[in-house]
Amino acid sequence: MQVSLFITCLSDQMFPEVGESIVRILHDYGCEVDFPEGQTCCGQMAFNSGYQDEAREVAKTLIRAFEQSEYVVSPSGSCNGMIHHYYPHLFADDPVWKAKAEALIDKTYEFSQFLVQVLKVTDLGAQFPHKVTYHPSCHASRLLGIKEEPMQLLSSVKGVELVDLPAKEDCCGFGGTFSIKMPDMSEAMVCEKVANICSTGAEVLVGSDMGCLMSIGGRLNKEGQPIRVMHLAQLLEEGRKAK
Amino acid sequence: MSAGGQAAALDQKIGSGLKDRTKQALGDEFLRKAVAYTTDKLKTGRLQAMDMFGDWEAWRDRGKAIREHTINHLDYYLSQFADNVTKKGGNVYFCNGSSDAVSTFMEIADKQKAKLVAKGKSMVSEEIHLNHHLEQRNIEAIETDLGEYILQLAKETPSHLIIPAIHKNKQQIATLFTEASGQHFEPETKVLAEYARKKLRNYFLESDIGLTGCNFGVAETGSVTLVENEGNGRMVSTLPKVHVVVMGMERLVPTMEDLEVVLNMLARSATGQKLTTYTSLVTGPKRPEDLDGPEELHVIILDNGRSQQLGDPIFQEVLHCIRCAACLNVCPVYRHVGGHTYGTTYSGPIGAVLTPLIQQDMKEAGTLSYASSLCGACYEACPMKIPLHDMLVHLRHRKVKMKLTALPERIAFKSYQTVFGNITLFKLATKMGYYMQKPLVRGGMIKSGPPPISGWTQSRFLPMLPKKSFRDRWGDLQKELAAKNTAGARAKGGHAK
Repeated sequence: MQVSLFITCLSDQMFPEVGESIVRILHDYGCEVDFPEGQTCCGQMAFNSGYQDEAREVAKTLIRAFEQSEYVVSPSGSCNGMIHHYYPHLFADDPVWKAKAEALIDKTYEFSQFLVQVLKVTDLGAQFPHKVTYHPSCHASRLLGIKEEPMQLLSSVKGVELVDLPAKEDCCGFGGTFSIKMPDMSEAMVCEKVANICSTGAEVLVGSDMGCLMSIGGRLNKEGQPIRVMHLAQLLEEGRKAK
Repeated sequence: MSAGGQAAALDQKIGSGLKDRTKQALGDEFLRKAVAYTTDKLKTGRLQAMDMFGDWEAWRDRGKAIREHTINHLDYYLSQFADNVTKKGGNVYFCNGSSDAVSTFMEIADKQKAKLVAKGKSMVSEEIHLNHHLEQRNIEAIETDLGEYILQLAKETPSHLIIPAIHKNKQQIATLFTEASGQHFEPETKVLAEYARKKLRNYFLESDIGLTGCNFGVAETGSVTLVENEGNGRMVSTLPKVHVVVMGMERLVPTMEDLEVVLNMLARSATGQKLTTYTSLVTGPKRPEDLDGPEELHVIILDNGRSQQLGDPIFQEVLHCIRCAACLNVCPVYRHVGGHTYGTTYSGPIGAVLTPLIQQDMKEAGTLSYASSLCGACYEACPMKIPLHDMLVHLRHRKVKMKLTALPERIAFKSYQTVFGNITLFKLATKMGYYMQKPLVRGGMIKSGPPPISGWTQSRFLPMLPKKSFRDRWGDLQKELAAKNTAGARAKGGHAK
């Protein structure tokens, strides 16, 4: 099975190790992974700020980059949400690009979704003897309906102690440009999220979106909280090495 | 300044005052605790009441279908509703804007030589700042909903659609009652409610006019439906000689059967109740055979920008709203800043969408669309499935199209298009980024920086860009995997031997 990695601009530039974890895991499960060089960004940054024309042009680069791909997998529910939920609107008036966008939508999966729905694996044989709590990102759960998949993968990890995060469905306050445009609102939200995480006594915070994790992690760092922040793929890869 | 006056003044600075109001609210510990406490309670109640109702998603589809059908045929149902109200002996007035609605009310009040108006809870009366206009005419208006009564004493406007005084705690209310009555009150809910009940009872009897809103007008019967939990709505609509209803033009359902569905969904979504304690259906004024009821019924139907949304492919759905406030209760922004921060009659996600649309003001009111992280909790909670999170994004787009965003921002996104739309420029820019960040990096992180980074670093550290991006590492990763393949093949081959 041929799989193309859609790294997302954020993970490409800030968190390359997340992409490495995904590639290693997919490779172990027999996928032939490639990385189309022409990809940059899904356009969400501009789209969510109201700049739809600008977003459309950037979205086209992404569509072009994956035209030949059989499957597209990314580490982000949010960027995938942009493709699935907003590309049809973005290209509504352009039948040629709309068809191309729909083709991309049909083959694009978020990492946990791809493992569970396409590869049909939930137990990766990983071992991770730590107390872990999971933050379900808004766009993964609400735009894409990914709620069960990450939990299925996590609960199959041996030795892991999974603790429920209070008010887990509340946004972490990142919201892309929201965190810069409305810093005070964003701060109130991330502070409450971090307080909830700390209240669980977890050693590790896991999530499926690097935007949220960068925001929460940034707050944990500022507060000096000794909680490790990991993408689900990183936890699974580390746990597989440890087995 | 009166409460209405405050609201009118606030309306001028909806957008430009947003950040200041946010700071003020975030610094108010009482407000934050009170809002979080009550919204949490309402959230839990809503989830329980939904569960008890069976397949909630199916109900949402049904509710949406009812509202969609009604709004698609609003002209038909409005005229059916008006005909039926008239047939039952009531009077109907269609008002284009706030001022028409206010002057219509004043004409009715003048005819009655009204001196005192008892009000049930009505957001539309807030929308048209009716209290402010009554005050100018020397007509006393008394709010009889407990929350609204508290706010009237405090000279404030509602900060929530259904729990208007959500931002006040018991102690603050006891202080208000003590100041207003001259007798001392302890912060005990029962005692406070008892005082208000006694005090308000006289007003029901003495008022010349009872004014209420309308949760749903039923087109097939011409009934005005009122839902509430205190009984004041029923008193206001039955005791005074004249009952005036003010309602938004979209608040209709075609039939009683439809009413059953939306009432169930409203109560469950709003307060987590199966039904509210009082559900009144007012169909015409007192009939000759009736023992009580008002002698006159007047129904003022307000447009005020609503009909502008009809036919809009993106925003027409905002008229499906049944004002349950579920979106406020789940909104993480509302939770922290409360309703007054929005600076408008309608707050929370629905207020951020509705206000710029009905006021046709993208410059100031349109700024409210940024008061959201676009998390989608509002859509998930909305019993009528209104995609508020999408609408917020489309409002931002409208602001951009109207060139109402700042020039540096417009330039930034044009540059984004140029750089992120071209792989060569993208690679170059991201390489430059690595070197440009260096003066800011301390211990592998950016802990403070110039704007716009400062917006981030005021509350968080920012990880530094690593020297090698994923695309820089891809070659090595490929080699690693190829080696793994070879080793695997060798192991397999060896095993076969």
